[in-house]
Amino acid sequence: MNCICNKCGANFTSKLALAFCSVFSICCFSAHSQNCNNKLSIEVIDLHDGSSLDNANIYFEKIDIGGKTDQNGVIVFENLCDGSYNLSVAHEDCVTLNVKVIVKKDTYKKVYLEHHLNELQEIIVTSSNRLNSKSLFENKISKEVLDDYNSRTLGEVLQTVTGVSSLNSGSYLSKPVINGLHSSRVILINNDVRLEDQEWGIEHAPSIDINSIDKLSVIKGASALQYAGDAVGGVIIAETSREKLVDNLYGSITTNLQSNGRGGSVSTNFTKTNSNGWYYKFQGTLKRMGDFETADYVMTNTGFQENNISLKAGLNRIDHGFDIYYSLFSNQLGILRSSHAHTAIDIINAINNEIPGVIDEFSYDINIPRQKISHNLVKIKAYKNFNFGKLSMRYDYQSNDRKEFDIRRQDYRKKPALDLNLQTHSLALDVESKFDSSSNFKAGISGRYQKNYPDPATGVKRIIPDYKKYDFSLYSIYDNSLNEDWLVEAGIRYDFSHINAYKYYRTSLWELRNYNELFSEFLVEDLGLNTLTNPKFDFHNVSSNLGVRYSINWGENIYLNYSISSRKPNPSELFSEGLHHSSARIEIGDLSFKSEVGNNISITYNLSDEKSALTFNSFFNYINDFIYIIPVRTTTTIAGVFPVWEYMQADANLYGFDVKYDKQYFDNFFIGHQFSLVKGYERSNDKPLINLPPANLKNSISYNFLDFNNMNISLESEYVFEQNEYPDTNFEIYIPTTQTYAMLDTSTPPEAYHLLNLSSSIRFNSKRGGEYKINVRVENLLNNLYKDYLNRLRYFTHEMGRNILLSVNYSY
Amino acid sequence: MKIFKYALLALPFLYFSCSDDDDNSIPEPINEEEVITTLNVYVNEILAMSSTDADGDGPLDPVVTDGVLAASTTYDVRLEFLNELEEEPEDITEEIEEEDLEHQVFYSVGGDLNVGVEYANFDSDGNPLGTQVTLTTNEAGSGTITITLIHEPMKPNDGLDSAGGSTDIEVTFNVTVE
Repeated sequence: MNCICNKCGANFTSKLALAFCSVFSICCFSAHSQNCNNKLSIEVIDLHDGSSLDNANIYFEKIDIGGKTDQNGVIVFENLCDGSYNLSVAHEDCVTLNVKVIVKKDTYKKVYLEHHLNELQEIIVTSSNRLNSKSLFENKISKEVLDDYNSRTLGEVLQTVTGVSSLNSGSYLSKPVINGLHSSRVILINNDVRLEDQEWGIEHAPSIDINSIDKLSVIKGASALQYAGDAVGGVIIAETSREKLVDNLYGSITTNLQSNGRGGSVSTNFTKTNSNGWYYKFQGTLKRMGDFETADYVMTNTGFQENNISLKAGLNRIDHGFDIYYSLFSNQLGILRSSHAHTAIDIINAINNEIPGVIDEFSYDINIPRQKISHNLVKIKAYKNFNFGKLSMRYDYQSNDRKEFDIRRQDYRKKPALDLNLQTHSLALDVESKFDSSSNFKAGISGRYQKNYPDPATGVKRIIPDYKKYDFSLYSIYDNSLNEDWLVEAGIRYDFSHINAYKYYRTSLWELRNYNELFSEFLVEDLGLNTLTNPKFDFHNVSSNLGVRYSINWGENIYLNYSISSRKPNPSELFSEGLHHSSARIEIGDLSFKSEVGNNISITYNLSDEKSALTFNSFFNYINDFIYIIPVRTTTTIAGVFPVWEYMQADANLYGFDVKYDKQYFDNFFIGHQFSLVKGYERSNDKPLINLPPANLKNSISYNFLDFNNMNISLESEYVFEQNEYPDTNFEIYIPTTQTYAMLDTSTPPEAYHLLNLSSSIRFNSKRGGEYKINVRVENLLNNLYKDYLNRLRYFTHEMGRNILLSVNYSY
Repeated sequence: MKIFKYALLALPFLYFSCSDDDDNSIPEPINEEEVITTLNVYVNEILAMSSTDADGDGPLDPVVTDGVLAASTTYDVRLEFLNELEEEPEDITEEIEEEDLEHQVFYSVGGDLNVGVEYANFDSDGNPLGTQVTLTTNEAGSGTITITLIHEPMKPNDGLDSAGGSTDIEVTFNVTVE
């Protein structure tokens, strides 16, 4: 909750009126025939979450009157003359703000205060507008929801947001999909740092521990130009809460157990703050899971382990400060044993059998095939206020290490089949400035250096080549509240990238694709079987954004946003070549790809009052040179027939809408509905795009027992429709052993499914002053056996069966 | 100015921007030691059939030499798996025979071909390995023999369909019995 302040100023307006009378004569009679019957209403709002701030002090300097806001954050001054007034707005937890108000007729003024304290248990109001983008509706996930999902992955938590789904490889690897777009089109910002964790791969999940995050927001449509210009799908911002400027020590411990996977997690964090601004915090998580189970069988080799820590320390003063942040995310996870099919015939057999070929007893062992990932992040940031604004400087370093172990012969078994190390350094300088009380300006410059190193000791051809990448970018964002109702935000960003790669191509492929003529300048040496090349690329991309927010009424807003985002092809799209063992497919990139440019128009309508909230968001994404991967043919090798997936580039249109409606009945009964739909086609031939999330409908009812420790029971229903539009990429395969043909049907989506989840939570205070929260949740209550279109392993296995989770959280 | 204090933070950036100009370090080529590019089928110690995929998982199709056998004859058949991506072609057969518990070769006869295949070598548990077999032809005819090397099959098994595992080699030869 925000401010827990004394009730005061209740009958304040009447007092003020009296006080005002004493100055009335001076003010009124000294002015020439002015109108002095104006009423000025001031509402003070917390800049961070849009909640009302009560007990804020408002003071008129010249005429020496003042007062405090009521519980609704409102104060009314009556009998004011026309003219301009300087007000100071102060709150015990906030920085005092000086505001100029022009009074002409009855005036209503909103004042946003930056609120530093009490952020520990911040409840984020969904209908509020916060700083990340003012003219674009944001979806946020509160700490409460994060707590409930703390044994989960980022991808799973994000699915609670309307319009966000996830692309999975099994039960644990989960990538967010925003309105149908994913991978390099979704940028993750972890504590101001753009996550560089080889996000291009479908089987690469984001390297973020959700327990290290206090706030998570999703910005659809590339408005966060200060972070990236290439977020064609959107930006996900993960943040820790700001530290209080008081002497305090707080933290929490959460234990989580779950039936499916027969494991759990322990997570703890504590923060020490001082009133002089110095603080430090620590957070750590351990997770252990064994094999997950579908309704009918064990998914052999799907367990995982995760060990994460993060540390932060710094000085947080109002006019200057710095912080140092370090986080380590490391995991080891099994890949479903039976997904290591090899040839097209293996895949056909797997699809026909419906269940995996290898089903063993439950085990905690993580065998081959498996992945081992560690992600280190160091950030140093400092800021200082100058008379022109706030200047901040940031340096960060990330090292992402990915090892994939595969089924191999003899001594190679212990060697990874893939061993990539991606290192990224970046340096950024940002300035934030207020031209006046109604407009803000932000600008920044940044540079980044990235180096990818695939270790040759694997003895397997490199999937992603050695490369060095240099980025340079400039951005500027401006917003202006034209008046009470209109806010305009505009931004522009320029990105330059230089890629310098060394790659060994198979000479046969180099020649087949005519690269020897098209890119002869890249040739270094023809080595017979292989050709050594040195591809170099420069990309110049401009992205921009224009957004408008119109407040129809208090609690009723319309957001209109147009953005252009330009994304350069990622290394996988450019350089992929060869058999990807973990996908049982040959993947081929294309050196001739251009940048992908998305034109996104979105309109969001938001209506909320005390007991209901409605959000309707519709979007149209007109993308030129959209890059996607799709099966195009099969190829025969000595190891059998393999499907060949090629990256293609074509113009595409995506459109759809999301709607969310929550309603409260009585004091304690809630009903929620969410629906989202996305459609996407190639523009030239109306062919549906591959791997678009099917429509889904979520409904929930929830009941609070007000008297009984805030016990809450809720039932959620999730209905996922069958994807009825998909590209037909089936192939006839000759099966030599039976001398017949069979269909390799990798495109037909699975049937619709319906899941029920039941959850209940209770909170109570301990005698020592802390608070306990116990949460019990049953997912897939009916233990359905189903498959999901967006799971890459759907040919080999069903989804998880019933899962009972118990979490106990103690915060102090 | 205090700003200089903050500018010190830029030092790490200088470090990497300066230290990284020793560019043009060409990555070494990879020894793809495990790859099988060639299957040779020796019949009575004479090379009778072969399949070679010179570019591994590259776009070129394997080159297959089909076989001709005499009717009503019993042959000793031996397989040879080679990796010819390396300068000195490496014989992978030894590796497979060393890891006999984790491998099995399957022979599927199709078409109008009347031949019988009997396993001639076995793993340490006594289950078939199949890098050596005895092949018996009957009357004349023509059809196909598909040779499949499975890695980590379930052993024992009732044949290829129930063996599971993953396919390392799958080659179909056209065979004529005269």
